[in-house]
Amino acid sequence: MSHIGSYDERIKNFSWSIAEKELEYSPGDLINIGWYCSDRICKQGKGDKKALIWEGFKGDEKTYTFNDIRIASNTIAAFLREKGIKEEDRVCLFMDKIPELYISFLSVLKLGAIAQPLFSAFGQESLHVRLDNAEAKAILTQRKHVSKVRKILDKMPYLEHIIIVDHDGKKPLKERETVFSLEEAEPVEDFEVFPTKAESPSVLHYTSGTTGPPKGVKHVHYSLISQYLTAKWVLDLRDDDIYWCTADPGWVTGTSYGIIGPWSLGITQCVLDKGFSAESWYAFIEKHKVTVWYSAPTAIRSLMKAGDELVEKYDLSSLRHLASVGEPLNAEAVVWSEKVFGKPFLDTYWQTETGSMMLTNFPGMKVKPGSMGKPFPGITATVIDPQTKKPFDQPGKVGLIAFKPGWPAMMRTYWQNEEAFKGKFTNNWYIPGDRASIDKDGYFWFVGRDDDVINTGGHLVSPFEVESALLEHEAIAESAVVSKPDEVNMEVVKAFVTLNPGYEPDADLELKIMNFIRKKLSPLAMPQEIEYVDKLPKTRSGKIMRRLLHAQEWGEEIGDTSTLEDE
Amino acid sequence: MDDMQKIVLDYVIEEYLEDEDEEIDVDTPLISGGIVDSFSMVSLKRFLENKYDISIPDDKATPEAFDTVNKICDLVNEYVK
Repeated sequence: MSHIGSYDERIKNFSWSIAEKELEYSPGDLINIGWYCSDRICKQGKGDKKALIWEGFKGDEKTYTFNDIRIASNTIAAFLREKGIKEEDRVCLFMDKIPELYISFLSVLKLGAIAQPLFSAFGQESLHVRLDNAEAKAILTQRKHVSKVRKILDKMPYLEHIIIVDHDGKKPLKERETVFSLEEAEPVEDFEVFPTKAESPSVLHYTSGTTGPPKGVKHVHYSLISQYLTAKWVLDLRDDDIYWCTADPGWVTGTSYGIIGPWSLGITQCVLDKGFSAESWYAFIEKHKVTVWYSAPTAIRSLMKAGDELVEKYDLSSLRHLASVGEPLNAEAVVWSEKVFGKPFLDTYWQTETGSMMLTNFPGMKVKPGSMGKPFPGITATVIDPQTKKPFDQPGKVGLIAFKPGWPAMMRTYWQNEEAFKGKFTNNWYIPGDRASIDKDGYFWFVGRDDDVINTGGHLVSPFEVESALLEHEAIAESAVVSKPDEVNMEVVKAFVTLNPGYEPDADLELKIMNFIRKKLSPLAMPQEIEYVDKLPKTRSGKIMRRLLHAQEWGEEIGDTSTLEDE
Repeated sequence: MDDMQKIVLDYVIEEYLEDEDEEIDVDTPLISGGIVDSFSMVSLKRFLENKYDISIPDDKATPEAFDTVNKICDLVNEYVK
């Protein structure tokens, strides 16, 4: 029997107080995610239980119990406090998936400061924009990434501390840099956790929109309530599980369900800090006897591509529950996973702003391959008519997904951008920006984004950000960025550019431009194809019509072109 | 080390290696070692195609085939005339 039991019964009798009671929390009490994920588990007598089994790309392995995590997070928190970090200061975590990333996340929260995790593959420009918006006071990073920080340091007077967690002493430290070694630091047994309350800020995750710079999504400690319960009911995590969330904590899945969900439940989790390969993933599952696996459609499609024969070489019989997030999970992937693993990947839908799962396929519920599933209990979800802004009264109509605000993990605002936050609401509905329909049985079916944001491999890329960066390349006069279909990543970035005089539209220049964006923004944002054009389609007022280019890439109807410049 | 190995290794060091202190050779894992990610692999593939005037089919450009400089050179040699 799964934790959720009967979905229909849960819906009838639901209250978030179920999670509050299990977490022994009453409204008005102190609530600190860092404490809940470590100290509380130890107080429950599980201090000796494994919390983290970590494996690096060289095959090196480290294991931490919940008591180890408690003491290590205390130790880093004490170090940060000594450096002058205090409540609500922003502390950026810019590391690969090493143990220090997971542990320091709890440390920052224990201090009452705000964790700002950033994907370690970000280039210097992407890093700078986000640090600047948050005005981060400190950054924890690794030797391999510190050069990116150094290049932008002069533009960041607010950044007081660059803390390198793996300094080997071979090269001298530079301005504002300091060293912290978890292995060499004096362990701190007792640390006074900052008395955060429900609405105290906890995490800032950055997300990209169609226009403007990336936005900092502000979450609070009360998000724990829905992250805990969704991890329990949707991922169905049980005391003896070995759980593997493949997401990077630089993104929201990696914190909500790669740290907070499992550890607040006292679950053992595995982390593989290694680039993707089907063999290494299967070997990892076999070696650690993973039971619950939360991954992403891009990875699942890559595994499909690697072939069924490969699956048969490994003993994957430990797997009992599979779930997916990041982008719509295609029906073929659901059917394939049932065939090769004996169980389907269950799709879950949510986003950075929602903080926890919203629409999901639940254990025990009939799976309709390709569907997003149904709302989590306590979530009021619908599809609204884009014109009237009211819910459709018939099934099957395509409109905008909408949620009634009020669940615990809902973002509280965009950092320093209340106006953009308010813009996410219509008629008291929160609008995540995706189009879908609901069938007669109440299942949601994804149709597409309602804006130009590109979802590549489950990560959102702003076309505006890439276009702006392209214009900084000396050869480029104008740029337009859209998505193009991709078998594995669902969609990837494609750029259309016009060149300045004196530049030849050849393959070498294309590669130079690709690498320029990769280093400046990130590998995700790098156009996988650049098309040279003589001119870009524009409206008579001079606005680039991305819509036409998008339609061209996806083989769609071009639609109304009455505002086109040359029509 | 032959010419192709040197050219590819130098390009990887120049373009993808973030840790200035890290030393890599023709057998260092690039993809599984986190030096080149799956998105960046596209630019590495493009470099090889431009440099050697070849076209590598997408289904041959797997993370396994790109995992070391040696494996990359083996792949490229299949397509060089």
